[in-house]
Amino acid sequence: MIEIRKITKTYLSGDNATHALRGVSFTIKDGEFVAIMGPSGSGKSTLMHILGALDTPTSGTYKLDGHDVSKLTDDELAKIRRDQIGFVFQAFNLLPRATVLRNVMLPLVYAGMPAHERDGHARRALESAGMTEDRFQHKSNQLSGGQIQRVAIARALVNNPSLILADEPTGNLDTQTGNIVLGTFQRLNKDLGRTIILITHERDIAEHADRIIHIRDGEIVEDSGSHTKRIIPK
Amino acid sequence: MTTADILHETISALTANKVRTSLTMLGIIIGISSVIAMVSIGQGAQSSIQSSIQSIGSNLIIVSPGATRNFGYGASSGRGAAKTLTMKDVEAIAAEVGNIQALSPEVNGRYQITAKGTNTNTSVIGSKSAYAGVHNVTIDEGSFIGDQDVSVRSKVAVIGPTVRDDLFGVGAEAIGQSIRINGMEFKVVGLTKSKGSGGFGNQDDTIYIPLSTAQLFLVGDSTYVTSLSISATDASVMTQVQADITDLLLARHKISNAANADFNVLNQADIVSAASSVTGTFTILLAAVAGISLLVGGIGIMNMMLTTVTERTKEIGLRKAIGATRRDINIQFLTEAVALTLIGGAIGVILGWGASYAVTSFGILETQVSTTSVLLAFGVSALIGIVFGYYPARRASRLNPIEALRYE
Ligand SMILES: Nc1ncnc2c1ncn2[C@@H]1O[C@H](COP(=O)(O)OP(=O)(O)OP(=O)(O)O)[C@@H](O)[C@H]1O
Ligand SMILES: [Mg+2]
Repeated sequence: MIEIRKITKTYLSGDNATHALRGVSFTIKDGEFVAIMGPSGSGKSTLMHILGALDTPTSGTYKLDGHDVSKLTDDELAKIRRDQIGFVFQAFNLLPRATVLRNVMLPLVYAGMPAHERDGHARRALESAGMTEDRFQHKSNQLSGGQIQRVAIARALVNNPSLILADEPTGNLDTQTGNIVLGTFQRLNKDLGRTIILITHERDIAEHADRIIHIRDGEIVEDSGSHTKRIIPK
Repeated sequence: MTTADILHETISALTANKVRTSLTMLGIIIGISSVIAMVSIGQGAQSSIQSSIQSIGSNLIIVSPGATRNFGYGASSGRGAAKTLTMKDVEAIAAEVGNIQALSPEVNGRYQITAKGTNTNTSVIGSKSAYAGVHNVTIDEGSFIGDQDVSVRSKVAVIGPTVRDDLFGVGAEAIGQSIRINGMEFKVVGLTKSKGSGGFGNQDDTIYIPLSTAQLFLVGDSTYVTSLSISATDASVMTQVQADITDLLLARHKISNAANADFNVLNQADIVSAASSVTGTFTILLAAVAGISLLVGGIGIMNMMLTTVTERTKEIGLRKAIGATRRDINIQFLTEAVALTLIGGAIGVILGWGASYAVTSFGILETQVSTTSVLLAFGVSALIGIVFGYYPARRASRLNPIEALRYE
């Protein structure tokens, strides 16, 4: 269960202050499938990083399964990211010198899984992300944009997280591959009860979700799950 | 993370950018190998000079005329100019001072030598038979100056191998040949064994003739000697013998204040320590040069390590994002820095050792690799490598993943 209350995030660079988030609040229950939509620069990625325990908000509270995330130590956060969260970055962030397989295995290495078990897990995750086996030994800087994206998705799925956060996971994929990925997300959600939050620009992808949250200029303008449609006056 | 995983990550990181890795190692290698090689050459020079001092004689005490109390390299040029050491002094020392094994009065000078159209200019020493024992001169062919030669003032000469090579050709037969010293004809009766050139004159480039002959025909005065070499019976009595000689000569020359003495009494230990201080300075000079290359190497390591920080900070952010703890990050980067410096260090030690071995095997100098220089060079570059490889990583591991991923 995710509960955020009045989250703000302000970036200071010199005299300029960018208010990326201006008080965002919502609750997402376990097993929900949520899509976040909004124009470029509206603060979607910023929000996602905070939800993924990768970044800290300027103010507001974030409770994950009842624990106040801001009160956790650095290593406790690392353990949460390792054991509970799968994150797909908008910029992918793969390790360029490592092979596809090694990239996907890395979360398992840090989770302390014995070496002989990792390979099977990594291969299954890659398959469910629509990756074909002939690319497994390639370095990640020898892949196409869509292939990189699938590796990044596989890496997020490999440690079987209860919360999957994906920042435009299908942005670089054709419709067919996009559907494989989407199918995987839906299966994880429906069959295994995983919580899934994804950011997308495409309405027909968002339609697959149970709930759509619209963000503009760092504020929620519409949340189909909260039954309170707020429209900010222009 | 298991040890195998840490090693896997280290190997992958070091092989990912081979040029960068090898340049960083090069800094370490040059630093370490130059310190080791230079210090070993310096110390080799030092011990080579010391052993050549040992080779000029054992338990040696040298009495020379002149007022200089300080021994220096320039002092010998003034020797002989002061005619304060007489044959009577020599006889008195022989008669009155105990614990003397052998006593060798000498006169010396440089003269023009000719033989069958060739000529050379070298040092001629007028000596008695005791000279050979006192100065460790050994005979290769023929015989050394005998007491009979001295008493009859015979014109015979014993020559060193360099003189033989210069006058008659390398390896030529010299015994029985005639040479002219200052225009006077001498017959070669002996050839000394080669000792190699040392810090103190070149005993291979020397001609020995009977003392009395030299005094009469070359110096023109039979009452003075230019130096008196004495070998004491034992190393433990050196100081005593030195003091006895000094007292005796002060009394004979009627000098009450030792500071005004018109002669010098030096023992071998004084010579060794004077030479040691010179070679010590030489070693320090080489070590300073080596230290500078270690510093330059160190700056190279720092530079390499710091330029990779941006890229590595992003990697750290990525690793933290997928669940690495600070400890995981620290161990990984520490292992990497240690591996880099250990491999570079090992190659540096081998190269430095190899260089000093090469100097030895080419016969230039007998070098010695000192453990201190190995440890010092290794320690310094390991410290630089580890500090500059590990410290930025440690700092980056404290950023939150997003900040680290954004690092420019
Ligand atoms: N590190 C930063 N420093 C300063 N401003 C930032 C920083 N990161 C983001 N911003 C600003 O915060 C705002 C929100 O950025 P964010 O990345 O969350 O947008 P987004 O909704 O994900 O956009 P997109 O759809 O293009 O990915 C933007 O105006 C951006 O310029
Ligand atoms: Mg974004």
